[in-house]
Amino acid sequence: MSNAYRSREGGRIDRRQRLTFTFDGKPYRGYAGDTLASALLANGVHLVGRSFKYHRPRGILAAGPEEPNALVDVSRGEARSTPNLRATQVELYEGLNARSQNRWPTLARDAGAINDTMSPMFAAGFYYKTFMGPRFLGGAKAWTRVFEPVIRRAAGLGKAPSGPDPDRYAVRHAHCDVLVVGAGPAGLAAATAAAATGARVILCDEQHEVGGSLLSERLAFIDRVPALDHVAAQREALARAPNVTILTRTTAFGAFAQNYFGLLQRLTDHLPAPAAGAARERLWQVRAKQVVLATGALERPLVFPDNDRPGIMLAGAGYTYLERYGVRPGQRAVIVGAHDTIYRAALAHHAAGIDIAAILDLRPQPEGPLVTQARQAGLRIDGASTITGTKGRLRVAKVMAGRIDDDGSVANVEQFACDHVLMSAGWTPAVHLFSQARGKLTFDAARQMFLPHTGEGATPGVHAIQCAGACHGVSALDSVIEDGYRAGDTASQRAGRGGRSSSRASAPPPSRSHVEHAPPAGGGMLGAAPHNRNAARVKAFVDFQNDVTAKDIKLATQEGFRSIEHVKRYTTTGMATDQGKTSNMHALAIAAAALGKPLPEVGLTTFRQPYTPISFGAMAGYARGNLFDPVRMTPIHPWAAKRGAVFEDVGNWKRARYFPQGAEDMHAAVARECRITRARVGMFDASTLGKIEVVGPDATRFMDLIYTNAWAKLGLERCRYGVMLNEAGFIMDDGVVARLAEDRFHVTTTTGGAPRVLAHMEDYLQTEFPDWKVWLTSTTEQWAVIALNGPHARAVLQAVAPGLDLSPQRLPHMGATSGAVAGIEARIFRVSFTGELGFEVNVPADYGQHVWEALWAACEAEDGVAYGTEAMHVMRAEKGYIIVGQETDGTVTPDDVGLGWAIGKAKADFVGKRSLTRPDIVKPDRKQLVGLMPADEAITLEEGAQVTESASPEVGSAALGHVTSSYWSEAMGRPIALGLVSAGRAREGTTVHVPMPDGSIAVTVTAPQFYDREGDRLHG
Amino acid sequence: MRYSALQLIKQAFKAHQDWPEQWRSPEPKARYDVIIVGAGGHGLATAYYLASEHGVRNVAVLDKGWLGGGNTGRNTTIIRSNYLWEESAALYDHAVKLWGDLSQALNYNVMYSPRGVMMLAHNVHDVQVAQRHVHANRLAGVDNAWLGPEAAKAFCDPLNISNNIRYPVMGAALQRRGGVARHDAVAWGYARAASALGVDIIENCAVTGIDRDAHGAVSGVQTAKGPIAAAKVGVVAAGHTSVLMDMAGVSMPLESYPLQALVSEPVKPIFPCVVMSNTVHAYISQSDKGELVIGAGTDAYTSYAQTGGLHITQHTLDAICELFPMFRRMRMLRNWGGIVDVTPDRSPILAKTPVSGLYVNCGWGTGGFKATPGSGHVFAHTIARDEPHAINAPFTIERFRTGRLIDEAAAAAVAH
Amino acid sequence: MLLISCPYCGARPELEFSHGGEAHIARPADPSAVSDEAWAGYLYHRSNPRGLHIERWRHTHGCGRFFNCVRDTVSDEILATYRAGEAPPDLTTLVSSSSSPTPPSTAPEAQPAHSPKATP
Repeated sequence: MSNAYRSREGGRIDRRQRLTFTFDGKPYRGYAGDTLASALLANGVHLVGRSFKYHRPRGILAAGPEEPNALVDVSRGEARSTPNLRATQVELYEGLNARSQNRWPTLARDAGAINDTMSPMFAAGFYYKTFMGPRFLGGAKAWTRVFEPVIRRAAGLGKAPSGPDPDRYAVRHAHCDVLVVGAGPAGLAAATAAAATGARVILCDEQHEVGGSLLSERLAFIDRVPALDHVAAQREALARAPNVTILTRTTAFGAFAQNYFGLLQRLTDHLPAPAAGAARERLWQVRAKQVVLATGALERPLVFPDNDRPGIMLAGAGYTYLERYGVRPGQRAVIVGAHDTIYRAALAHHAAGIDIAAILDLRPQPEGPLVTQARQAGLRIDGASTITGTKGRLRVAKVMAGRIDDDGSVANVEQFACDHVLMSAGWTPAVHLFSQARGKLTFDAARQMFLPHTGEGATPGVHAIQCAGACHGVSALDSVIEDGYRAGDTASQRAGRGGRSSSRASAPPPSRSHVEHAPPAGGGMLGAAPHNRNAARVKAFVDFQNDVTAKDIKLATQEGFRSIEHVKRYTTTGMATDQGKTSNMHALAIAAAALGKPLPEVGLTTFRQPYTPISFGAMAGYARGNLFDPVRMTPIHPWAAKRGAVFEDVGNWKRARYFPQGAEDMHAAVARECRITRARVGMFDASTLGKIEVVGPDATRFMDLIYTNAWAKLGLERCRYGVMLNEAGFIMDDGVVARLAEDRFHVTTTTGGAPRVLAHMEDYLQTEFPDWKVWLTSTTEQWAVIALNGPHARAVLQAVAPGLDLSPQRLPHMGATSGAVAGIEARIFRVSFTGELGFEVNVPADYGQHVWEALWAACEAEDGVAYGTEAMHVMRAEKGYIIVGQETDGTVTPDDVGLGWAIGKAKADFVGKRSLTRPDIVKPDRKQLVGLMPADEAITLEEGAQVTESASPEVGSAALGHVTSSYWSEAMGRPIALGLVSAGRAREGTTVHVPMPDGSIAVTVTAPQFYDREGDRLHG
Repeated sequence: MRYSALQLIKQAFKAHQDWPEQWRSPEPKARYDVIIVGAGGHGLATAYYLASEHGVRNVAVLDKGWLGGGNTGRNTTIIRSNYLWEESAALYDHAVKLWGDLSQALNYNVMYSPRGVMMLAHNVHDVQVAQRHVHANRLAGVDNAWLGPEAAKAFCDPLNISNNIRYPVMGAALQRRGGVARHDAVAWGYARAASALGVDIIENCAVTGIDRDAHGAVSGVQTAKGPIAAAKVGVVAAGHTSVLMDMAGVSMPLESYPLQALVSEPVKPIFPCVVMSNTVHAYISQSDKGELVIGAGTDAYTSYAQTGGLHITQHTLDAICELFPMFRRMRMLRNWGGIVDVTPDRSPILAKTPVSGLYVNCGWGTGGFKATPGSGHVFAHTIARDEPHAINAPFTIERFRTGRLIDEAAAAAVAH
Repeated sequence: MLLISCPYCGARPELEFSHGGEAHIARPADPSAVSDEAWAGYLYHRSNPRGLHIERWRHTHGCGRFFNCVRDTVSDEILATYRAGEAPPDLTTLVSSSSSPTPPSTAPEAQPAHSPKATP
């Protein structure tokens, strides 16, 4: 199909570069420089989508980010299909494949259109008033059974991609002196002024080239040269400047505290064949000392009956399609509005040879240079006139024109056949980012617009923000440019980069610049245009995408919704994917009129980021797979991986859980690891344990504060199990502490707890006892820790550390020493978490694997095993050693788990001590750690299972407690369990019950130790 | 006017011109029996149950802004009751039971949709915690079932259960009665029903002081619209509770944090249930309109600014993209923030206060919406009888003195 | 993302810090001497003001030090930071100065990307 609606010449498309694309499977042709929207229009395609609720046929309303109707799915294959893209922002490329949405079976014949005929039912909020029955549909269940599924299927727009997105997304952080948002005339001027002062400038614009509104201004002149030549010169100068970064295809979507801005740069979506692995988008996070907002203004449609038919578009958009893309939206136009913008559109269309049926101006006596020009061009101008209705199924074919009398009543006077309508109610400054930055907006009643409140009385959030151009109500091109220079200059000055003095020298603001008959920014109308139709029946659309009409908004106010937030939520106006860019001001005005209140009193809905939608992928950036969260691995990890270890995630750590051999499952592997460790020897990688070196003259005092235990009497080269509470008296962490010198403790913490514990210690040291002489150093990553457990542990260690005296006399249980292990200086603690003879060998992490392999050789010689965390858990449970986070859950005190002995009774104070005397902490019925032995030895209890008094507890009855740990115990030849049970210690020997779905399990309460209760093996 | 399909058709023929105001907008009277401060879901529900179940109809609900304009209209609408401690489970399940036919009770479709809430486990500890919840909930009579990865995938097809992610899914706890509802409708429905029973809802009426008589008991409030007398005042002001209670000289164990949420552009139905993950920090569902509704934890610092940091949203979407890789091309449409009031044990306070006649309902943190009907129901009881309902009896301020905390956070339950 | 000025290292992004709750809440010198009420007050009760909040931050991923910060909880504007142990600044003067159109100059590039880990 040819470009029948393409003008002979002109526009910024490259007519030498022809492109083919498809829409709903049909092939079309366009040119490089087209958007999908301009290319479709050039092919005479106006029908591009269906509305959300009524499925009304819809065309292209706008030419930019405010487009509410022309939403399409652009697909590069299943996983690379993107729904809900605005055709007005999709750059055309060779082979582009676009589909319309929300229609079935076809766009032209959409079954959903039935909703339009039923629309009298579907007034605002109708769904709150029905679907609550009837009984034969399940009464209360009718909603979820019958109605909700139907509504859900009907709602939604495009389809989400069904496969994982293969594309990459990049992230970049940047700092600059001045961030300029928007590269229209104001933004370019601001960037030029700022750049001239040497300031580091970032200039961003959402379009693929700079120029903004000037890209549609063939007739504009700046400094006596065509505006677009001036833009080109400015662009080249900025591109040359080393202190300027120009980011096109980059939308500033969010303004956050302290001039932190989010920018989304589109890198490949415009390319026919993106390079493999190329990032699709880049998220820029920019911290700017100063920001210049030059975000322009958005045009408002006119709210008249049936204003939504394909072929009806914004006048400014029509002008842009004609002037920038060389596209003729049709052959015969009716032009309607309340703002001079319509005359520029009319003149341009007239000049392009398009027949102008009439210009209908709602203002009684249209005046001004543009009006005069239009008259001189012989165009028919009807003042005090409007459109009262339109006809045409899939495209507007006819409009009814009406005359507005002085009393506001309207009488139909004439009908015009036409194939497109251009409308404008005026312009709304794009204050989104300013508002996001917590800037106040003040309503300019004279010009009918909300403007940024800067300078005196401005909120702190916008102290470092300048506004330039149309986004704060400046219109004429020369003023816009001067405003831009001022803003850029002030910004660089405030960023500490000198100011006007330096910038004037290099970049004088242009003396004479103008657009032929630039219309003013202000004026126009807010709210619905008058008409003579039954207001309760006609549809005059305010929010096109969500099908919100003027009467919906009136209905909301009639039903008592008085704040614009309520009106918005009840009618869904402004909640579509365009977030009300074209509709919010109209909705506000209609609500205000209906409530008889001044517009500002009804309020303005909050502007939230993003300005236009941004992909989840770009927000996630690199944070995928192993980059989602850091992976921590011990020095021994490669060895374990080579031995086929199964790993588990513990915090950021990967820990070897068990080492299956052959076809072993976890149960078999763990049983073997336990059996051999207790019979001979086992090796365990304990490197993930947190380690903190506590050093200084006041170290003992500090340890006394942080731990429940008393440390003064702990001898040199001795270890002690320490318990740490939070100030609320609950167990926070535990671990073995070795005293290496009077003033030096080697503290170990749980794997997950290390950072929390260090922060906790630093908190008390720095903010409560800053005068104490103690230094804390995290050494978790500095030490690799190898645990040797079992009767042959000494032999294994001795084999690799011949020079060390490991005798029980020299190194008894809980003793510490140091010396060479496999040639590496090591700290050796004789401690055990299994109840067997045990040693923990600490060596510098870089030698971890070397020492491990040396010990492993000796271990193999003793027919030992390497065991993982699961076997460790079993063996410690057999001994009744708790695991913080498993036996405890943040509500457990030392006494609860039988660690009363670890509390230094003589100590006046330690963190958490005071809380231990609170009434509910000393109650006798507190849950206490006990052993739980299923009567039936074939049953291993489920961890987390509840413990009850009765064998058949009533639903809703309180539990006595729960099972905290439960395992098959190879050593005991039966299952064992630990649990927290109310007044548990007093229940020893009694029977309690563990209710399961298929009946209760009787269990005997025992002491929480099962294996070698006397502890002989420890002392071997 | 009663709402029904028939009524809708009838009004359609009259072009909807006869629909009355959904709630009256009166000027405040000089005196009320009870004043509720805060016209969010909890406050409006409290007023409704005071009028409907305790015959206390001379009630005013005051709000400094618009009703339902706070967290009621900003949350991700998740409803569930599979909490660990029996006190919590009882409170939230009381709410879930009321959700069941709330639309019929209020004659307002709040679109309660029990489509199932699935909470993911990503490591051995998660699994232990989730299974502990399942067992505890079964005893408490709250439905909650453990699913393996395949069963979880079968219940929620978009879920990525492969091992190619940082924290593979090891299973999930599923509460089938859990789900979502239409948050605004809950506030409007309660407002309409309460107003019909005589409750005065007074918007844009900020409370500036709480009056007390010679004996220290509450005697009324000072407001932007002048003083209003009342023997009983219930404060239900979420993030603003500390500020209000301070007016009565009562200090609260509360801190207010920003909580952010976001929605995607609407798409056709793709996500059947609610999925939450505590370990990777995100939760997600799909609204009836088609938007993916997504949230996570609070920002790190206390704040009354109804916005938060970009990095929080980024981390939330990191998690969503990990769990649901096909959503990377979906686009964030809107990101907003609310203010949540958090107690030290992450459980609410629903109680009498040291000041006679002053009652407080606060501390719901990130999970208040789900409790709306139950919270209002038992709080109304507490105010009307001047003694707590058995269900909210444990949720006192005193528990922080005696140490009888109800610590869902410490028990590693998801705090939302 | 807040930009927080560590008194030891200079302006850094929020990600480098951990929030430490309300500042100037001293632990009772002799906890055993205080009542359960007073102890609960120390543990749990915070002023949680709507407006100026004096709070602790720790430059966890920088120098590791705790310091204090005056922040407006309505605007999240940070009015001052100062070292632990120092007295808070006079808030009234802070407020008046904060409405000056030029905020305290924060030049992130002026400092090295990471301050050497200070050993207190």
